[in-house]
Amino acid sequence: MSEQTAIRWEQDADNIVTLILDDPNQSANTMNELYGKSMAATVERLEKEKDNIAGVIITSAKKTFFAGGDLRDLLKAKKEDGQVFLDNVTEIKRQLRVLETLGKPVVAALNGTALGGGLEIALACHHRVAINDKSAQFGLPEVTLGLLPGGGGVTRVIRMLGIQDGLMKVLMQGQRMKADKAQKTGLIDELAADRDEMLAKAREWIKANPKAQQPWDQKGYKIPGGDPKNPKFAMNLPAFPANLKKQIKGANYPAPLAIMSAAVEGAQVDFDNASTIEGRYFVSLVTSQVAKNMITAFFFNLQAINAGASRPKDVPKFRAEKVGILGAGMMGAGIAYVTARSGAQVVLKDISQENAEKGKDYSRKLLDKDISRGKMTEEKKEQILSLIHATADAKDLDGVDFVIEAVFESTELKHKVFQEIEDVVKPDAVLGSNTSSLPITGLAKGVKKQDNFIGIHFFSPVDKMPLVEIISGKDTSPEALAKTYDYCQQIKKTPIVVNDARGFFTTRVIGTFANEGIAMLGEGINAQSIEQAAMQAGYPVGTLNLIDEINMETALKIGKAARDDAKREGLELPPEHPSEAVMKKMVEELDRPGKAQGKGFYEYPENGKKHLWPGLQEAFGGDKEIPFEDIKERMMFVEAIEAVKCFDEGVMESVADANIGSIFGIGFPAWTGGVIQYINQYEGGLRGFVARAQELAKSYGDRFNPPASLVAKAEKDEIYK
Amino acid sequence: MTEAYIYDAIRTPRGRGKKDGSLHTVKPLDLVVGLIDEVKARFPNMDTNRIDDLLLGVVTPVGDQGACIAKTAALAAGLPDTVAGYQLNRFCASGLEAVNTGAQKVASGWDDLILAGGVEAMSRIPMGSDGGAWAMDPVTNYKTGFVPQGIGADLIATIEGFSRRDVDEFAAESQARAATAWEKGYFGKSVVPVKDLNGLTVLDRDEHVRAGTTADGLSGLNPSFAMMGEMGGFDAVALQKYHWLEKIDHVHHAGNSSGIVDGASLVVLGNEQVGKDYGMKARGRIVCTAISGADPTIMLTGPGPAAKKALAKAGLKTSDIDLWEINEAFAAVAMRFMKDMDITPDVTNVNGGSIAMGHPLGATGAMILGTALDELERRDKKYALCTLCVGGGMGIATIIERL
Repeated sequence: MSEQTAIRWEQDADNIVTLILDDPNQSANTMNELYGKSMAATVERLEKEKDNIAGVIITSAKKTFFAGGDLRDLLKAKKEDGQVFLDNVTEIKRQLRVLETLGKPVVAALNGTALGGGLEIALACHHRVAINDKSAQFGLPEVTLGLLPGGGGVTRVIRMLGIQDGLMKVLMQGQRMKADKAQKTGLIDELAADRDEMLAKAREWIKANPKAQQPWDQKGYKIPGGDPKNPKFAMNLPAFPANLKKQIKGANYPAPLAIMSAAVEGAQVDFDNASTIEGRYFVSLVTSQVAKNMITAFFFNLQAINAGASRPKDVPKFRAEKVGILGAGMMGAGIAYVTARSGAQVVLKDISQENAEKGKDYSRKLLDKDISRGKMTEEKKEQILSLIHATADAKDLDGVDFVIEAVFESTELKHKVFQEIEDVVKPDAVLGSNTSSLPITGLAKGVKKQDNFIGIHFFSPVDKMPLVEIISGKDTSPEALAKTYDYCQQIKKTPIVVNDARGFFTTRVIGTFANEGIAMLGEGINAQSIEQAAMQAGYPVGTLNLIDEINMETALKIGKAARDDAKREGLELPPEHPSEAVMKKMVEELDRPGKAQGKGFYEYPENGKKHLWPGLQEAFGGDKEIPFEDIKERMMFVEAIEAVKCFDEGVMESVADANIGSIFGIGFPAWTGGVIQYINQYEGGLRGFVARAQELAKSYGDRFNPPASLVAKAEKDEIYK
Repeated sequence: MTEAYIYDAIRTPRGRGKKDGSLHTVKPLDLVVGLIDEVKARFPNMDTNRIDDLLLGVVTPVGDQGACIAKTAALAAGLPDTVAGYQLNRFCASGLEAVNTGAQKVASGWDDLILAGGVEAMSRIPMGSDGGAWAMDPVTNYKTGFVPQGIGADLIATIEGFSRRDVDEFAAESQARAATAWEKGYFGKSVVPVKDLNGLTVLDRDEHVRAGTTADGLSGLNPSFAMMGEMGGFDAVALQKYHWLEKIDHVHHAGNSSGIVDGASLVVLGNEQVGKDYGMKARGRIVCTAISGADPTIMLTGPGPAAKKALAKAGLKTSDIDLWEINEAFAAVAMRFMKDMDITPDVTNVNGGSIAMGHPLGATGAMILGTALDELERRDKKYALCTLCVGGGMGIATIIERL
């Protein structure tokens, strides 16, 4: 055959055909056009020659087994393309159905990762053997991109595991599993140590099962755990959608509901009809805006960031070997933990040995928790802890090649701690400050080598939050920036890069969200409605809840500091935000500054759940009604507009960084694809966004007026790229 | 328009809807047949060939209650082959809907004589066992914000500020009123004992009533819907819609919600002519009927809009109504209705309600109509309005006039 194929055919003396997935044009196999053609030809030949075939093994010549769908294609799907996408997915399903109804045993030999479409191919086989390799991942993560496994994934998983287990353990959260976990879950049948053993086991199985048939093609088959006609199962079914709504807090995530629907509806008909139903739900998601938003952010934006789009190109790759952390408070302790886990030495310094040890204990606590969950061994824990040297002595920072200062937010204090160590560490050590808002260029003035100075803004809790915001100061060198970027990847964080200004990007943008919620309370809008609106918009916590955590005293101080600075620099003072009056009343009159004091917008009873302070009604009303949608959009619009201003002012330069930064760092709703994608995807495009912003400005204040750059872009019918 | 007259309204006693309930041994079909026999006995001159239709409300029309139980009952009762049967389902309003539809058939002039009522053997056919897309289809459930009714009732109590004590006191009063009514024989005219195949009495009294119930006694019962609200996710569903509420107060329990019981009811409806032809005296007439609806999540606030709609159509004022019957699906439903209509307990459910006597889903609507008619006669009053809250947010109301 001269024509190109993505599937090689090899037949041995036992008449076992091995199909080798090997796309000649890519480093990984995907469900692209060539795959479709190759698979069509392959199953046709299998049918034709089946009398001379004892069985089939499917494996891959790549490092991974198969990577899944081609997201570039999916990103282009429009509503009117529904038929094309339905036809495509129907053809993929047909090919896999031929495979599993061939009448000959078909075994998937999973030499590596099989996610999404890759696992769907494997599920259409009668048996799955995988190499037990820690780096390989298995699962159907489509839901995390706003999609569903439309290649038979939903239909087969629920027939293998039952509706409840299929939904909970595989489909609705898109869990990625290692081989042993996938075996325990029931997605993989056998594990093998290496490729040879895997292939041997596949052969053995074929010989032992010459007439393999899927369970669902056998007479008398019943879905494990029952289907909706079974009273025991039916009794619990009404709670499925309700619990989903509870879990996603009513936010705009159509994929999990589509998956649940395809599963439940499909369970009431036979396999082929279930597959048709699954295909319809798949198309409804592929053509939806939310899937495009999520694919944009979580695949393309993230890929661009991880590939180093914001990293200076010419600087050689750096690895931090000895990291000095100044300040062993909550942030410093968390940074020490993630750094030690990356294998680097850590010098954790505080003003006293006791404080420093306390910071180290934080790592011990986290590691013990991992041990109790079976994710860590005692030996590994000791090894990680041995990397952290707790000290009060600046001299111990000798040989450090990367410094992160994490002391209290005070310019003077930060200057002081850097001056203590700048002559001790390596001359070219990066001098990083973990500040969330103080301008880096100003902080850099406290050290001799200002080109080594950089902002490295972590989020709390450090071990859980995936983002780091890198702030390049006026004099920060490309080397320092590149090294900081590399360090972030070393500790498995996603770095975004911004330029220097008060509040940088994330703090500044989230500040507008908090202020908006507080302002609405001040307008007399019901406090619980404000919290519900934030949740239903897709934020992880309500506004008032958030500001209680931050503390209103702190927030007022930051606001005052910003104004003082502006005054000193002779800049125009920003108008006082209506939230300030509310916070002043809360702090000064009502003595309820936040959670730290045990009283803020919420009450924090010792033995109960926190709840809104009943006095809010007397203090601020709560009877004013505005459309619920307005409450939601005020939060999202005010953040999006602030993000545009960050572009206007040169603080932010990358749409990908803005999107990912807003989702990973400050909880902007993930379904939007991020704070800039939210504008791009708004109904009516940028024009629609501008019109709605103007409407909000008319009703709720000038801060909603769209910046000129945004209006200009809208008029040119452009989007942010 | 032809007038639709009520010639009689009868019911079975209500048996506890459990294995140990007295009617558990009786087929739902036989509950209906017993009432048809009673109609034949009460109107010996009535020519049964004249009956156009038998309409029965059933909320869970499967198994013993499936396959158009109305026609089956007509056959089993030995009614002529020309008497048709029609089973209908408007959830808890089914019994009253059967009466309303029957009245409309008569009022239209196209039918002359109708038997209408309902039946539900809840001890045999569990509530909800007929499935249905509203609860069972994920997309529909999700988009309509489905929650079980108890959550809706607790939501009403939360919004209205009805405390646990308030609803328990209401329930205790319902029990006291029902006990008094039984004691004084107020139900004597309409309750027809259920007999077995040997003609021996199986049950002649409502079995669910607990005389002597007090609010203090009820205060110890555990709320029925708290766990379901939390674990089932239903509280979250309700709170997302009623976004100004922080939590739901789960105040309802077995003692202040309607009882699960078995029972049947039947109303004889006809035009003026059939009365003349067979010497039957009309006891009342159907003045007006209305159906309406409210938000399906809170679900149980439909009676207010339905009652207002009926009053407006009839050209009557609230003050014209002498007696009100609101089905006590849950205490908060009746309390909310009184508030919506600005009426007082002394004219509402004066002989108790479903909290005391039970709520045999498909039959209840026609039962409370009979209760209201009996009481109008006893008090020598004119108008009554009967209403029920209904699944899916619906509300139904019927105004009757005693003659």
